[in-house]
Amino acid sequence: MSDQGIGQRVKRREDVRFITGKGRYTDDINLPGQAYAVFVRSPHPRARIKTIDASAARKAPGVVGVFTGKDLAADGIGALPCGWLVKSKDGSDMKVPPRPPLAIETVNFVGEPYAVVIAETLGQARAAAALVETDFEELEPVVSLAEATAGPQIHEGIEANRCYDWELGDQAAVDAAFAKAAHVTKLEFANNRLIPNAIEPRAAVATYSAPTEEFTLYTTSQNPHLERLILAAFVNLAPEHKLRVISPDVGGGFGSKIFVYPEETAAAWAARRTNRPVKWTADRSEAFLSDAHGRDHLTTAELALDAAGTFLAMRVRTRANLGAYLSTFASSVPTYLYGTLLAGQYRTPAIHVEVEAVFTNTAPVDAYRGAGRPEATYVVERLVETAARETGVDPAELRRRNFIQPDQFPYETPVALVYDTGDYQASLEKALKQIDYAGFPARRKVSEAAGKRRGLGFSCYIEACGLAPSQLAIQLGAGVGLYESGEVRVNPTGSVTVFTGSHSHGQGHETTFAQIVSDKLGVPFESVEVVHGDTGRLEFGLGTYGSRSVAVGGSALIKASDKIIAKGKRIAAHMLESAPDDVDFDEGVFAVRKTNKSLTFGEVAFAAYVPANFPEDLEPGLSEKSFYDPKNFTFPAGCHIAEVEVDPETGVVVLVRFVAVDDFGEVINPMIVEGQVHGGIAQGVGQALLEHGIYDESGQLVTGSFMDYCMPRADDLPSFEVDTTVTPCTHNPLGVKGCGEAGAIGAPAAVMNAVTDALRVKDLAMPASPERVWRALQAA
Amino acid sequence: MNGFDYHRPETLEAAVAARAGAPDSAYLAGGMTLIPTLKQGLAEPSDVIDLAAVAGLAGIGLEVDRLTIGAMTRHADVAASAEVQRAIPALAYLASEIGDAQVRNRGTLGGSLANSDPAADYPAAVIALGARIVTDRRTMAADDYFKGLFETALEPGELIRAVEFPVPRRAAYRKFRHPASRYAVAGVFVAEIGEGIRVGVTGAGPCAFRWTALETALAGKPAPAAAETAPLDFRRFNADLHASAEYRAQLVRVMARRALANLAA
Repeated sequence: MSDQGIGQRVKRREDVRFITGKGRYTDDINLPGQAYAVFVRSPHPRARIKTIDASAARKAPGVVGVFTGKDLAADGIGALPCGWLVKSKDGSDMKVPPRPPLAIETVNFVGEPYAVVIAETLGQARAAAALVETDFEELEPVVSLAEATAGPQIHEGIEANRCYDWELGDQAAVDAAFAKAAHVTKLEFANNRLIPNAIEPRAAVATYSAPTEEFTLYTTSQNPHLERLILAAFVNLAPEHKLRVISPDVGGGFGSKIFVYPEETAAAWAARRTNRPVKWTADRSEAFLSDAHGRDHLTTAELALDAAGTFLAMRVRTRANLGAYLSTFASSVPTYLYGTLLAGQYRTPAIHVEVEAVFTNTAPVDAYRGAGRPEATYVVERLVETAARETGVDPAELRRRNFIQPDQFPYETPVALVYDTGDYQASLEKALKQIDYAGFPARRKVSEAAGKRRGLGFSCYIEACGLAPSQLAIQLGAGVGLYESGEVRVNPTGSVTVFTGSHSHGQGHETTFAQIVSDKLGVPFESVEVVHGDTGRLEFGLGTYGSRSVAVGGSALIKASDKIIAKGKRIAAHMLESAPDDVDFDEGVFAVRKTNKSLTFGEVAFAAYVPANFPEDLEPGLSEKSFYDPKNFTFPAGCHIAEVEVDPETGVVVLVRFVAVDDFGEVINPMIVEGQVHGGIAQGVGQALLEHGIYDESGQLVTGSFMDYCMPRADDLPSFEVDTTVTPCTHNPLGVKGCGEAGAIGAPAAVMNAVTDALRVKDLAMPASPERVWRALQAA
Repeated sequence: MNGFDYHRPETLEAAVAARAGAPDSAYLAGGMTLIPTLKQGLAEPSDVIDLAAVAGLAGIGLEVDRLTIGAMTRHADVAASAEVQRAIPALAYLASEIGDAQVRNRGTLGGSLANSDPAADYPAAVIALGARIVTDRRTMAADDYFKGLFETALEPGELIRAVEFPVPRRAAYRKFRHPASRYAVAGVFVAEIGEGIRVGVTGAGPCAFRWTALETALAGKPAPAAAETAPLDFRRFNADLHASAEYRAQLVRVMARRALANLAA
């Protein structure tokens, strides 16, 4: 089994069904008698709903029912909650506007659903939805993030549209350090709004059994148990034990499918109301309008240095856009997933960050691949690179001078984290070698001889992954623990069914987790099945986000496997008439030490289910569970270097090289890890060069399709050069840190450092579109 | 999408008759614009007349000095055609740069010209080559065909059958493609033909147009530098999220210079 165990490039077993069109996604599920839901959405960014006249729609052919927010409220359906409480500087709780699944009195962003039509066919539902007559009183919207606190008040009781005004760090220490600084670097920039665009749009198929009062909801969720918990405990859809949430194959999430959304909620409710299975699948236009968007910050950041280039302090002020409502984890993203990462890889002794989070009449903003950490990395790495240029120090050298050193771990940062391990210079040096840093001036000359500009940029990022130690998370405001569950069920014939609370929506868990358990138990890879995504089959789970699955979910499987081995030893000891402590387990064989007596894993498994003469304290069966709660975050880190060539005549930026050297700790499947890194870099490059979600002044989303919203494509990207360094995580049994977000976290700053280097300008807004680049060169 | 009656005529006469029989009907060529427009409810024709089965509308024919391409010829077929590559390689190249593979396998020459999207590629070539547009009722010169934003000289129900491209001595196309849609933000087709060099510009204005000031400045010689100084009035150029009028003017100059350099090479 060694060629399919931990550390091996095992091909992804799930890909056979994906690439042959045999995946089973939510939209592939059709239930007898199902009806179709189409949502009626606000055309206005902000308006009062005066009247809704659904009489024509109700009479339209095939219509089963037309429902509004009032119908849901009358049936006891509550508002969608936010699961993380953030407190302002003054100790007050964040302000939470109610978010009914279907808007009742006011609509607050274009695309917000306020009614739903259920009909026999999708076409009939669409036609009827167009017949819903709504009288709106349009209100002045708040669109500009910069002016959001001065705009009209969106929600009752939420002054200045401010959700919270949060801070972290020692402001007095920072002020003192700036006062004695030899040099201060200051930048003001935006972190552009992104629209996630998973290839599979959100979808739901819900069915309700009146006799048993049981719901089954098939939906595109990254965390079906959390969806069930929220729908049961907060939304009051059904008691938890009467609600089964199944998240089958899911085609990408990137965070956007963590959240509990209005549409899935209303579709599930409508199944009970109409006593029909109800299906809803978003079209791409709906996805653009209503999926939670990402990023959208305005930031002023300063770095203080002494004469030797040592970082003294950092000061960061950010205004974060939350959109119209608080999405499920929105409040945590610009705070605990952002401010806490501002130490980066450096010994900056004092850091103070203030974050003012505000509401605007735009789609809700929540976690999107990286979630706060790309924004933090952008702040730190743009500052460091700019400081290097301003002080005339080589940017690699300035980083070396300030790195946390390997002998300083565990390292407590001034922003509330304790890094367990790392070797930042090792990643930097490896990346410098790979890019041939010394050869860059010659490459630049070649470009310049051809009339082009060439630039190189670094991004030495850190991320906090493996979310999260429950105690710490709950202290910081989380409404749930962040452990993970795992169950290892050994079948009588020795094959193994693994149940994990992690959820795979492209990450390859069915392969990675099978490798872990196969390696640990010494059973063939082919004999290990991985089950996930169904509250009816799994005990509990917190799902997949924040690069947590292997670090937390994988660790739970190690713990459960350890229990299997311990139980197996007891069974083997009984069968071999020995003591459990004398039984060793290795490579799938239980052997009594210093004897030739042994049993295979399969023999022990069979005996567990056909127990002969078991003693009273030895139960039959071989199935074990674990809930693994991490002791700390994990801290993947690395060095990304981008090299770009710019055509000054057109402003086109070509990313010619991208080197990523990442420290993910131990690696289970290097091929899958490389794939994760590639995808993350592509999204990070997308943010830097191509993607921008834009609302115009009137509050309409003007980048609402792929005609205007530019996703990165293969021909926008070079062949990535990826490598790793390894400092094993010190506190989980696999030594792993997580890899899913690294590319999206590191790449934007690397690319923008390269672009500004090529243009020889201090700053340029993302995305570095051709016209922006051309204008920057005209101005320079 | 609203309901409509679907027709699939097999002759030109039947297609034209079907169109005439239903005033609110629409011809369907490749559907690259019509289908999304239908889905968005922006067009609600009573009848859709699919031209896919009409005999004689697709195909490529080369005579000595004239390349004729049927209106229903797909972009991919133009790009791959040995005749086109031999006679007007720049036209084959243009077709290979349209949209993406799916669009090239569905979209047609006639559909593109009938729609006259300001950012479509073909119009630049049609203008620069002085092509002739053959319809069911007449033949039009390119210079008389493009009238404005999504506006052409086609009368209601008039159907393009083919386009006749004079074979130039040399031609070249350079396009600055939109990063998302891959339409032309600015595209310039230059052709050395007859007495001089003709320059067709797409993407920049409400519809494709000849840059006559550059043609005059060139005086028949492919001098790339002329593109940097020839008068270019961009006051009526398109301006959108992705490119201002001023930037489009810059792109027109750069694309023209590069196309001319390619012509001279």
